[in-house]
Amino acid sequence: MATVELRFSALPEHVRTARLVAAAVARRAGVDESILDEVRLAVGEACSRAVGLHRGSGVDQPVRVVLVEDEKKFSIEVGDAVPEGAVSAGAPGEEAGEESEMGLAVISGLVDDLEVSSGEEGGTIRMTWPVTPASLLP
Amino acid sequence: MDLSLSTRTVGDRTIVDVGGEIDVYTAPKLREQLVELVNDGSYHLVVDMEGVDFLDSTGLGVLVGGLKRVRAHEGSLRLVCNQERILKIFRITGLTKVFPIHTSVEEAVAATD
Repeated sequence: MATVELRFSALPEHVRTARLVAAAVARRAGVDESILDEVRLAVGEACSRAVGLHRGSGVDQPVRVVLVEDEKKFSIEVGDAVPEGAVSAGAPGEEAGEESEMGLAVISGLVDDLEVSSGEEGGTIRMTWPVTPASLLP
Repeated sequence: MDLSLSTRTVGDRTIVDVGGEIDVYTAPKLREQLVELVNDGSYHLVVDMEGVDFLDSTGLGVLVGGLKRVRAHEGSLRLVCNQERILKIFRITGLTKVFPIHTSVEEAVAATD
């Protein structure tokens, strides 16, 4: 099992960097080319959502992205540091909440193996894709 | 790649050529452009997405916002897109039913209903 971990300040301009890193690691891990676009989009959505949550609740810790390469699967975990229920209703805008929901809707449409959890330490979105074992590659 | 935006007029339609990536960072620029066009009285918009490499839900939100604005003036917002990876995002969110999506600018300009 190999991992790549990335932490970035909750700024919209860094979401693209996270997408690029995730796509590069996924490709290396053997994720099929045909689903790399989905990986890129899903990780972007998860990071945008985390950035929105951090900014909306004034959390200044970084957003965490952990990419885990396994024999048969590739997982991406995007963690925010916003405790459950800390995003106050009606705070910097309902719109942020709506965008976050739309992001989740896109992720659940894209990723079959998805776990969304939240707790006192913050929330996590874990997405998993199958990989093509190197021995099976032509 | 950043976002590129340019506008031109064909008859009573305003074409917005979009290129690059529309995401949480760049979507506000597209929102500003659409708001500005509507404020200046352009209510029939065609957004050409053929040069778009990446679109996420923030971008979708901006397009829906644009549609809402032009509809308030009985206008229209049509999209031009042939790229499967972009069309897929419209499909999984059900927005293919909300936006008229055309295969060319000419087709979008000629469309009336």
